[in-house]
Amino acid sequence: MNWNLFVTELVAGITHGSVYALIALGYSMVYGILKLLNFAHGDIYMVGAFIGFGVITVFGGPLALTVNVVLLLSLMFICAMLGGGLTGVMIERFAYRRLRNAPRIAPLITALGVSFFLENGAQLVLGAQFRSYDTFSWKNNPIALNGFTLPAQARISYAQVIVVVGTIVLMIALTLFVQRTQTGKAMRATSFDREAASMMGIDVDRVIVVTFFIGSALAGAAGVFNCIAYQQVWPYMGFQAGLFAFTAAVVGGIGNLPGAVLGGLLIGLAEAFATGYISSTFQQAIVFAILIGVMLARPSGLLGRAAVQKV
Amino acid sequence: MPDVDRNPAAPDTPQIGVDEWVATHDTRREGAQGRLGRIRRELGRVPTPGFYLAFGVAAALLPAITNNDYIVRVGFDTLLYMLLALGLNITVGYAGLLDLGYVAFYGFGAYGYAMLASPKFGLHWDTLAIIPVVTIATALLGFLVALPSRRLLGDYLAILTLFFGQLFVTVYQNGNRISFLGLTRGYDLTGGPNGIPNIDNVDILGLRVSSVKGYFYLALVMFLLVLAVVYLIDSSRTGRAWKSLREDPLAAELMGIPVNRQKLIAFSLGAAIAGMTGTLFAALNTAVFTADFDVPSLIIVYAILILGGAGSLGGVIIGALVVNVSLEVLRTPGHATYIFYVALAAGLVAFVRPWRWLAIVAGGTIAFGYVVHAIVSAAWPNGVAGSPAIGGPLGSFLDSWQLYPANPRTIGNVAFVALVFVCMLLTLLHGWVRWVVLIPTLYLASFTWENRLVMEPSITRLILIGVILIVLMNLRPQGLRGAARVEIV
Repeated sequence: MNWNLFVTELVAGITHGSVYALIALGYSMVYGILKLLNFAHGDIYMVGAFIGFGVITVFGGPLALTVNVVLLLSLMFICAMLGGGLTGVMIERFAYRRLRNAPRIAPLITALGVSFFLENGAQLVLGAQFRSYDTFSWKNNPIALNGFTLPAQARISYAQVIVVVGTIVLMIALTLFVQRTQTGKAMRATSFDREAASMMGIDVDRVIVVTFFIGSALAGAAGVFNCIAYQQVWPYMGFQAGLFAFTAAVVGGIGNLPGAVLGGLLIGLAEAFATGYISSTFQQAIVFAILIGVMLARPSGLLGRAAVQKV
Repeated sequence: MPDVDRNPAAPDTPQIGVDEWVATHDTRREGAQGRLGRIRRELGRVPTPGFYLAFGVAAALLPAITNNDYIVRVGFDTLLYMLLALGLNITVGYAGLLDLGYVAFYGFGAYGYAMLASPKFGLHWDTLAIIPVVTIATALLGFLVALPSRRLLGDYLAILTLFFGQLFVTVYQNGNRISFLGLTRGYDLTGGPNGIPNIDNVDILGLRVSSVKGYFYLALVMFLLVLAVVYLIDSSRTGRAWKSLREDPLAAELMGIPVNRQKLIAFSLGAAIAGMTGTLFAALNTAVFTADFDVPSLIIVYAILILGGAGSLGGVIIGALVVNVSLEVLRTPGHATYIFYVALAAGLVAFVRPWRWLAIVAGGTIAFGYVVHAIVSAAWPNGVAGSPAIGGPLGSFLDSWQLYPANPRTIGNVAFVALVFVCMLLTLLHGWVRWVVLIPTLYLASFTWENRLVMEPSITRLILIGVILIVLMNLRPQGLRGAARVEIV
């Protein structure tokens, strides 16, 4: 067995899976509360990636940085998360809010329109070309740990560590927020039963706005993470990432936050191993097969509870 | 018509009897007055198939009155979009299943025709044999795709089909080196990025169709046949079952309708129509590539369906005409500019009430433009250095009214983003403030159009389609021809 390849793909899968997990969290949160597939969520990830790109360009580009790297990274995250979050809130306010009680197909088609608008608007304003994000000199440096030697060619880079650690930090923060704060409690209540929650005095509109903001901010952060590890931004990057992230959310059990993370990692690993062992053109087919398999065997997802339909 | 206060001062207090429905009740019962009302009543007596027949006759005359192959070609494309929208109308409009992989079936049909009638595999089947084979194969494929999500919520079907559509593109894009787990030699099935070229023309029992006009008539006949079938299904037991499960699947099931089976039938039938349409597409274009079956085509078909009104057959015709002809016109900047201003003016006339505000907004916008133009040309001559893309009276008016910076790209991009934000702001404003803000917004819209959008027709088309979907779903979800649905809470 070729351990080098195995470890390389494992690390790549976890890295990519973390990004999917972050996007899937936003999908899952919005779905949990509004029962809406927000197709535009993947494009918010694109917006976040471009904001990160903008920040790094303002500070002189990756090769001639004018500020400290740590400061730059934090600035990228703050701007991308704020920008992503605000984009999400605006989409909710101007495209989805009027349709909250419309037949279910109406907001879905609107979401499709928003996604299409964002992609092509970005293409108009920013151009269709791929832009290379950053090539920090330290990015691909392998990590040497004392007392633990990795196989010769299986390398873990700083960028991958940043992505995984950053994702874990954000997830812990999200879990604390949802479990421990008043707003988090209101979110859980709203997702459980929106009508009953509003009767209990919860300001449902506010909860929905907060949900969109947090979910979209996570997508924005995912955009920066992805680009630190994979170095490219382009206007249509959100489409496939959104699709895979949504699959991750469905696989984990939609509306279930730990499920979204589990699903994200699973999809990331499946994609990485498919690329490594079979062919990169098959990754979509493999992920699709996982989606169908989960739908057939466990329609409510790996961690989801079976939905009871209320009359 | 009695005055209706559209924005009651206190929205939270119940306003009994104050809404448009109540206020216009008497007028509605009598119907419109005067000559217009009589025409409308007379038209209401014509049975619906009469209109379809009239459309068929009118369409059949198109190639007779013009010798321009380009116009006939646009007509052919419009008919294809009508066919596609008809199929999607079954899945989305009647059965309420969101099928986001719809154009994959279209592509499957097109590739099916290409494989059976081209030098690719040396097969040259008769078209009369290909069409049923491809249609049935597409129906089976649709059946298989819908199968895993038959018991689940509609949302799962949406994501599954969206994924399927992407997978279709990827597989056909890479289908030129298919090997089984690396064990066999790469086998070329779909031509990969090169597509399948040199496709045969339609060949019906030795009768070859090679002119655009011939294809137009072929598409027209196919469209009218499918329309007749769908019209009959619409009022049949199956059609009623679909509409009932769209409104409420649970109630439909309790009424004894086999919900899962009906969903699968609706989905496969929609897919079959798309596959059948694909054969014509492949035959006229003589080459197929995956790019034609990607998300933009999907969104265009959805825009057609939504604009016309999901669930309405007449809406399909109107929607396809409006969307495809406008998209075609947008290709040439000169025509596109006229259409843009006409649409802007029509929008103002339709939405700005009362009339005096319409006059104020229109006059204000023109005055605003002259003032801005005067200030900018005095302070920053570079801002008026360019000139409009069109000539004629409109061009010379624009030249003295609108700003044309020497290097419009960057400022045009900024203007586009600003326009998006201002339009969102407009939806938040009420009363006279909205009309006042509308004046600079119109000027900004015209500026963005002249300096940026008109330069990138291919992207502008797609942006407009996205905007149509968002705005229409928010303002008029039933589309132009659909019946408004009353949501039962």
